[in-house]
Amino acid sequence: MSNTTTVIPTTPWKASRRERALDTLVFFAALFVSFTLVAVTPLKGKLAYLVIFFLAYALLTSIFKAQQRGSAAAKDALVNSLVAIGAVITVIPVASILATVVKNGLPGISFGLFTHDMALATPTDPLNNGGLLHAITGTIILVVFALILSVPIGILTALYLTEIKGKFTGPIRFLVQAMSGVPSIVAGLFILSAILYPITKSYSGFMGSLSLTILMIPTIARTSEEVLNLIPNDLREAGTALGGTQWRTVAMIVLPAAKSGLVTAIILGVARIAGETAPILLLTGGGDKVNPNSFSGPMGSLPYYIWKSFNAGSPESITRAWAGLLVLVGLVLILFTSARFLGTRKVAK
Amino acid sequence: MSVQELVIPPKRAITTKPRLSDKIFRGVVTGGGLSSLLILGLIALFLSYRGFEVLRQEGLGFITHSDWSITADDAGNVVDSHFGLAAMLVGTILCSLIAVVIALPISVFCALFLNFYAPAWLKKIMVTIIDMMAAFPSILFGIWGFLVLMPSVEYWAKLLHRYLGFIPIFDMQVSVYTRSPFVAGVVLSIMIIPIITSVSREIFSQAPLDRIQAAYALGATRWAMIKAVVIPHGRSGVIGGAMLGLGRAMGETVAVFTVLNIVFQINWQMLLGAGGNVASLIILKFGDASPYEIKALMAAGLVLFLLTLIVNGLANLIVKTTGKSGR
Repeated sequence: MSNTTTVIPTTPWKASRRERALDTLVFFAALFVSFTLVAVTPLKGKLAYLVIFFLAYALLTSIFKAQQRGSAAAKDALVNSLVAIGAVITVIPVASILATVVKNGLPGISFGLFTHDMALATPTDPLNNGGLLHAITGTIILVVFALILSVPIGILTALYLTEIKGKFTGPIRFLVQAMSGVPSIVAGLFILSAILYPITKSYSGFMGSLSLTILMIPTIARTSEEVLNLIPNDLREAGTALGGTQWRTVAMIVLPAAKSGLVTAIILGVARIAGETAPILLLTGGGDKVNPNSFSGPMGSLPYYIWKSFNAGSPESITRAWAGLLVLVGLVLILFTSARFLGTRKVAK
Repeated sequence: MSVQELVIPPKRAITTKPRLSDKIFRGVVTGGGLSSLLILGLIALFLSYRGFEVLRQEGLGFITHSDWSITADDAGNVVDSHFGLAAMLVGTILCSLIAVVIALPISVFCALFLNFYAPAWLKKIMVTIIDMMAAFPSILFGIWGFLVLMPSVEYWAKLLHRYLGFIPIFDMQVSVYTRSPFVAGVVLSIMIIPIITSVSREIFSQAPLDRIQAAYALGATRWAMIKAVVIPHGRSGVIGGAMLGLGRAMGETVAVFTVLNIVFQINWQMLLGAGGNVASLIILKFGDASPYEIKALMAAGLVLFLLTLIVNGLANLIVKTTGKSGR
């Protein structure tokens, strides 16, 4: 017979049963406070419940912790709750926006929406009249021309910042950052003053694409720069060691290695400009008919269609605006998700 | 069998001189890189060129007066015109300050949550959501703000007025709560939360790990650690992020135009339904503007451009310098 003692592993950092019970108690107390306060005071609405609940919870937990462990633990508990409130408040608008867009937009979605334009209809007509074919084609054309112009410039800028690293690197990085802060309306006014008034003198889709290019370059340049910085220097050195010139190394090794990242950058750029409204309002003229020619005639687009329908103000037109928003948001979300997918795959490698 | 002469090519000189292809490559890339300078320069140049006439006529009054009127005779010639941006500038600054004041604490708390509190899976989801929010088009925020958010915000404004009305900025004489700078500020704050959050998150994640662990080893609670290590490290970076948000809020057009009632009078009472905004002014007046008024709008665009450029430039400088000191 030997004396054996079984050691029970202790976990002092875990909450004991009593502490967990107290936490639950505090939770229900906060819930109770929120219901009574909403009932008694003039505060009302779902948000009031939420706000009072969180504040009551923050207060009650800190009081409990203060009793249990003193003021340091109380402050920690208070900040715990505040931080959680910050996170919840950040997410609420996204949830609300997505929910309202889907709820209000779905009634306006029908098959005819994607096969008709508004040439023979006005926004206040019944919903089965007309559609947003012209807006979808217009947005696609606007984005394609903006892509043709901005992708080379954006990627060249990124290449300058990562491959050449000449004496302008600092200033150019600063200017690209500054350019990403240019208000969209200013980009629109610039194209208006520099090209539309002196040269073409008429609204067209191409003018819109030019202004979108200005807004898109910084997004592409900055994301591509990050991607190119992730390419290991070994690859560049290997290219040079094989006798490649810098041009060959960049074109044959660096760019192919960064391909999916660059595609991500381009997609993020498209997501950034697809819903841009202000310059479109100034420059494209917003036609109601499918117009395949980007260089002449007014060009419709999703943001313009939404804007026009929303401002027409009747119930039908507002449903149209929501339906347009749903299509636009769907487009942005698809782009965003595919960018994420490509981006994470690259990082995982 | 014939003996072939072995042809040895002449020795190639080893040089460090770049080949022609490299010269072209470097030239093209440098040209592309300098395009941002070119575009920014051209924007400033063309807007000042178009707006010059109005700026010369109005002088400093362009940013100190607040009436905007144009009188033309039957032939369409301009008889008399007054262009002043003061009310619009005050409104722009008021709205964006409200936005930053609301968004800053929320974003900082959210960034702290993401870096030091959230489990990895939640962090991943929330970062995706926040990035997605940054990609939402501004017209979406505008229409959602007008139809969904505004009733709630009006109600909050009434509460603020009733209980905090003794503070001058919450005071008002006429009870018009709809389409006030406060509503615009709340909508803008939602739009800039993603920007401030992601900048703060970036800065906080660069906080030195050894000091974080040292703080925990000394028995600090999480908050004590944050107060001692993270906040001193990230303070100026967060300020830079807030200024980036301010710059974005100042240039926002469509969302503000949808929710704000534009009045040509300086108004500091943020709950009153009368505000101004330079960018929205341009959209408002552009539709039926005469060629001369367009010039005034160009000048207004120039003022807005310079304002956002200065704010953004300062913000980037601040973020950049703290980013370096963190390493």
